[in-house]
Parts: sequence; C-alpha cells; structure tokens
Amino acid sequence: MTRKQRRLTMIGGALVVLAIAVGLVLNALRDSIVFFSTPQMVAEKHVPPGRRFRLGGVVEPGSLHRGDNLAVTFKVADGSNALEVAYKGILPDLFREGQGVVAEGALDAGGVFRADTVLAKHDETYMPKDVADALKKQGHWKDDYEKAAKPGKPMQGASR
Amino acid sequence: MIAEAGHYALVLALALALIQSTVPMIGARLRDPALMTLARSTALAQLAFVGISFMALVALHVMSDFSVANVYENSHSLKPLIYKITGVWGNHEGSMLLWVSILALFGGLVAVFGNNLPLSLRANALGVQGWVSTAFYLFILLTSNPFLRLANPPLEGRDLNPVLQDPGLALHPPMLYLGYVGFSISFSFAIAALIEGRIDAAWARWVRPWTLMAWMFLTLGIAMGSYWAYYELGWGGWWFWDPVENASLMPWLAGTALLHSAVVMEKRNALKVWTVLLAILTFSLSLLGTFLVRSGVLTSVHAFATDPTRGVFILLILCVFIGGSLTLYAWRASSLKQGGLFAPISREGALVLNNLLLTTACATVFIGTLYPLGLEVLTGERISVGAPFFNLTFAPLFVPLLLALPFGPLLAWKRGDLAGAAQRLYAAGIAALVAVAVLWAWTRGGAALAPLAIGLAVFVIIGALTDIAERSMLFRMPLPIALRRARGLPRASWGTMFAHLGVGVALIGIVCETTWNSELISTLKPGDVAKVAGYELKLDAISQRQGPNYGEMLAHFTVSRDGRPIGAMTPSKRSFATRGMSTTEAALMSRGVSQLYVSLGDTAASGAIAVRIYHKPMVLLIWFGPLLMAFGGLLSLSDRRLRVGAPKPAKAARGLQPAE
Repeated sequence: MTRKQRRLTMIGGALVVLAIAVGLVLNALRDSIVFFSTPQMVAEKHVPPGRRFRLGGVVEPGSLHRGDNLAVTFKVADGSNALEVAYKGILPDLFREGQGVVAEGALDAGGVFRADTVLAKHDETYMPKDVADALKKQGHWKDDYEKAAKPGKPMQGASR
Repeated sequence: MIAEAGHYALVLALALALIQSTVPMIGARLRDPALMTLARSTALAQLAFVGISFMALVALHVMSDFSVANVYENSHSLKPLIYKITGVWGNHEGSMLLWVSILALFGGLVAVFGNNLPLSLRANALGVQGWVSTAFYLFILLTSNPFLRLANPPLEGRDLNPVLQDPGLALHPPMLYLGYVGFSISFSFAIAALIEGRIDAAWARWVRPWTLMAWMFLTLGIAMGSYWAYYELGWGGWWFWDPVENASLMPWLAGTALLHSAVVMEKRNALKVWTVLLAILTFSLSLLGTFLVRSGVLTSVHAFATDPTRGVFILLILCVFIGGSLTLYAWRASSLKQGGLFAPISREGALVLNNLLLTTACATVFIGTLYPLGLEVLTGERISVGAPFFNLTFAPLFVPLLLALPFGPLLAWKRGDLAGAAQRLYAAGIAALVAVAVLWAWTRGGAALAPLAIGLAVFVIIGALTDIAERSMLFRMPLPIALRRARGLPRASWGTMFAHLGVGVALIGIVCETTWNSELISTLKPGDVAKVAGYELKLDAISQRQGPNYGEMLAHFTVSRDGRPIGAMTPSKRSFATRGMSTTEAALMSRGVSQLYVSLGDTAASGAIAVRIYHKPMVLLIWFGPLLMAFGGLLSLSDRRLRVGAPKPAKAARGLQPAE
C-alpha cells in the first residue's frame, strides 16, 4: 500500500467517523435540549403541557407547603408572575424561601409545574446562573453574584 | 510580613520566568551552550521562589491572619488544621497559585531529569514552559493576588464553603492540576520540536513518561472528584455532565489519545505530525478547562461581561497559546519528516482508530459544553444540555472503541492479521455472550441494553487478559515456563493490561449502578423500619452533636439483612453558623463492591425525618476502574525502557547539531 493510498484510507475512515458523530450530535441537539424559562416567559409564551423545560426564579416567601409523603408545593416568582410548582422528594439543603431555584419538569393540564428535579446553588451569596440573568434582565436584581468560581460542583440538586 | 514576602517571591518568580522564556531560546538560536544551560538554573530557581510564595500562603492560612483578604474570605479560626491547609486551594486565588506552583514543579523536574536531553531541545522546551508560567504569574499578580491586605482587619474569617471542608477536596484539586498542568510538558516539547523543525522517536520516548504521569494524575483526580460528589452532595450521583466535570474530561480524552499515538511514534516513528497536534490540543483543552472553571463564564455569560478582568485575561492567555501554537503548527508541521508506512489493519491502524474515536468523543463533549455558552452569547436564548445529550452522542462513540479495544494489542505492528486476532479472542467473545445470556435470563423483562453493555465490558476484560496470556504463552507451554515468560514481559505490557482491564471494570460499575440502583425516599420516625433491596434499616434515634465549627444532627440506623444485624449507619446533617449553610453527610456501607447509601433531608414538625436510602449495586467498580487504569499507568511508567530514558545522541553531536 503506498503512502497516498494509506492516507486516503485514513482520511476516508476519519470522515466516516466524523459524519457519524455530526449526525449523533445534531440528532441529540434536536431531542435532548431543555430550554429555560421564567414564570413570566411561561405566561407569555403558552408552553404546551408535557413539554419539558427548566423553570427559574425565586421561591415566593410563604408559598412553601409540605404535604404527606414528602410532597411539596411552592411558588416560583420572578417579580411579575408566579407559577405553582409541585415536587415529591427531598429538597436540596440550600432550598429556601426567598432564594433562587431552578426546577426541571413540565406543566400538567391544570397549569401546575410538575418538577422532577429541583436545583439550588451551594453558596448563600449565590444564585443559579439562569435565574440571576433573567432577574437582571427584568430589573429585579440587586446583589452581585461573581463569587461563583469554586472548584467542584456548584449545583446541588435533588431529583426523582 | 509573610504576605509581603510571599508576594515578593512571586514577583521574583515572574522575573525568573521571563528570563527562562527568552534567554535559553536565544541561546538555542545562537547555539550558545552557556545561554542554553541557563534554562536549567532558572527553572529550578523559579520553582524555589514560587514554592516560597505558596508556603507563605499556607502559613497565612494556618495562622489565620485575617488581615489578608484571601484568608479572611475563606478561613475561620475554629476550622480544623487540615481544612485550613486545604482551604488554600479551595478558592480562586489560592488555586491559581497552586496551578503555577505545579507548573514550576514540572519545569523543575524537566530541569533535573533532563540531563540526557539534547541541549537545544531542553532549552526550547523549558523556554516554552517559561512562557506559560509568565502568563499565569501575570494573571495572578494583576487580577487575583492572594496576598492583598485588608485595611481594617476583621477578627474572624468568613469560613470556607462547608461543602469543601472534606478530605476528598484535600486531594482532588492538586491531583487534577497535576494532570492538567502535567500536559504542559508534552505541549512544551511539541512546540520545541516545531521550533527546531526536528522530531524523532527519541522525542516520543521522552514525552511519553510525562504524558503518562499527567494522565495518571488526571485519571485519579477525576475519579476522586466523582467520588467526592457522590458522597458529599447527598443524592448519590457520581457524574452529572456538568460543564466543570466536562472541563476535566476533555483533556483526559485527548490525553488518552495522545498516550496511544505517542506509542506509535516511539515504536514506529509514524504519526509524528498528528502526535504533535494532539499534544498541543491536550494542553489547550487543559487551558480551556482552567478558563471555564476560573473565569466565571459558567456562572453566567453576563457575569463574565460585567466583571471581565479575570475572564478576559484568561481568555487572552487561551487565545495567545492556542492560536499561537496552532499557527506555529500550521507553519512548521510540513517540515517534520514523514514516518514509517503501515497497513490499515495493524497495531498502528488500531491506535489510529483509537485516536479517531477518542478525539471525536472529545469533540462531542466540547460541543455539548460550549454550545449553550455560544448560543447564549449569539441569541440570548438559554438552554441546558444535560445527560441525555451526552448519552446520545458520547456513548455510541464509545461502543465501537470498546469493541475494537481488545483487538489492538493482538495485532502486529505494520501489518496485522485481523482473522488471527479474532481467533485469539474467541474465549473473550464466548465469555461475553455467556454473560449477556445469563444476565438476560436473570433480569428477564428488565433493561435490554444493560446485559449487552455488561457483555461488552466482559469482552474488554477477558480481551485484556487474553493479550497477556498470549504473550506469556499460557495454555500452550507448561505452566512454569508460561509464568516465567509472564514475569519476563515488559512492565508496559502489564500496564496495558491493567489499564484496559480498568476500562471494563468501570463500565460494569457504571451499567450496574445506573440500571439496578434501588432508591427509597421516605419520612421516618425513631423506631420506623425502611426496606431497600433486601436490607432493613431501623431508625433507632436522632441525636445532636457539636463539631469544631458546626452543629450536627445525627440519625442512628441499625442495618439488618434476613433479620440479622450487620452494622450501623449514621448519616448526619451539619449546619455551619458562619455561612448559614448546611451540608448533608451521607452514610455509606460497603457490601462487597455494592453500597448502601443513606442521606438525610428535612425534619418535619412531627419529629419525623426525611430519608433517602439507596442500594447501589457494584457502584465501587466505577472508581476501581480508574484506579486500575492509573495503576496500569504506574506500571508502564516503571518500565525499564522509560526509566533508562531516551538513547543519547552521539557525544559530538550533542547540542551543536544544525537543526535540519
């Protein structure tokens, strides 16, 4: 096999693998991406029930209710709108009323957000990135949140 | 005083790095041995000064000198000594200082052990190392100086983030950095080779141990971080495809590829141009990882835009080094001579396939990590790319890699015999099929993919053993002869076996944990019993305790199986007053390689406590795998060939040879 043939085989093989990888990536990007919304965006956009997204905002003070068997409901607010969230399981250590939170799940037919994952950040000076951005955009933001660059996992979460 | 001394030592280290990055390279141009040997002394002096600087910061933390901003923000006088020390790198400034200290350490090691290197290669490589150090010293001194004083020293510090007060964190960042920064050596050698326009098998033999060492540390560092997340974050996950984790996985994938292509280069003098490119890419990805974690860009693209000093500085370092080295590569790579020929079906071909799949997998991780950032910058739309994306892209690329893995070592160099290799893998294939069949029958109606994945893992494991059995002629020669042959095999062969074995072992752990993990979340009162996977956990009592800088609530469980008590577990919840934070300390009980895992949630008004109990089958294998891989790396590293070092060029030619 000459040098040229060898090179062609290698380049051919590389192209095949790359094409497969591009296909996989495009396919995965189409199916498995989760968008981020705030309660206001949900109210404006009319997200269909059953479509997964991440909901971010502040846990409205006084809205947290614990039911039987670890069922919890609370409201996520962003200053202009609030959305009812239902979750079953243990909330992360840093989950608190009046603090930023990100929940992942989907709306049910009654317009309640059924979360299967609740994320809160591991630092009291600290807001989940998406929440801080959204609040900032809407002008509800006071504190800085640059104290983020900690090694290791910044997110703490609970999921079922 | 100590802070000022540390600061001053750091400035001196910068000055030395500046000398190291210019003078020896000029010396290499002018072929002046005196200037070239300067690289050695400056590298060692630089190590000494940055070492003094680092020690100064450690001393400040140990003495709880709260007049230093860094100590005030990250320490507390009541914190246990060990966390006072590990707290040094539990924050941005300190961890960057650790980064440059390790960089200087590697520079010093090259200086000490590089006596048999061609003089000009050593001068150029240490010079490049000097550039990297210079950039990072400037970064620390200009944007993140750990020695800044506070005008009005407070009496007490703000304490270290409680999640980081853990033995796992004592070792995780240094290990990870030893890996990240270790790749700077192969980078420096690659750039030096490009500058000299000459590269040969001796180069690969020189670079391989350093790459191997960096790779080992990175493997251990990633595994340790994953185990830390598993027991400290309290919900039993061990890999989240979080950008911070991906930042360490990318250099690992590229580094693994580099390790394999360097073998081809050393043995067959082929794939030179590609190996050099991989060396550049691997360190570039390490820099990218540092940028991702350190610039705040992951917290928010907007945070990055509003407080840009640090981020922009690292981005600049990133652009200069990656852009510069790739430009140099494009310009000079064609001057490197082509190496030996080989057929597509050969050991070289197999290693090319390995490289191809590893780099492609690395590229998909790259896209998944950076695509959300790019999209947000361009359109403002925010998305999250989580585990589903990586499961759909990363996993399908790893399946052919693992399928091909056992074939590689069985193929001959230059021209291999695929049918012959397949024949020798009969046993492995049959074992894999048996494993699939048994699991299928056992878990009937369960997950379909899991038995196949475990079959693949068995194939990899038996395949790795087959290679050693073949080499020692086990079953073909009488046993004593085979054993003697096995002992006589080069340690690198044993290293290969252990590393490949580790891949299979980790895969079994991953598949078992994700498929057959059982979980119970419930609220328990003292006296209640929870049942998980055949184990009974009785909550005996809840008690309180005061730790050095936290209060702790402990839940005491008695674990029994079939009515027989087998032990106690006491998960706890710690609350740290200074930061107003609490952490969940999970309790773990190992049963073989499986684990029971209990973590606590909130306490209800009635006195019942929320509890999360997992049974995680085979979970420890996830971390045994990387341990085996690193052990394989260690064996390879101790191989005689590498210890002896590269063959010396003829005396007369040393350092005075023209570059062409």
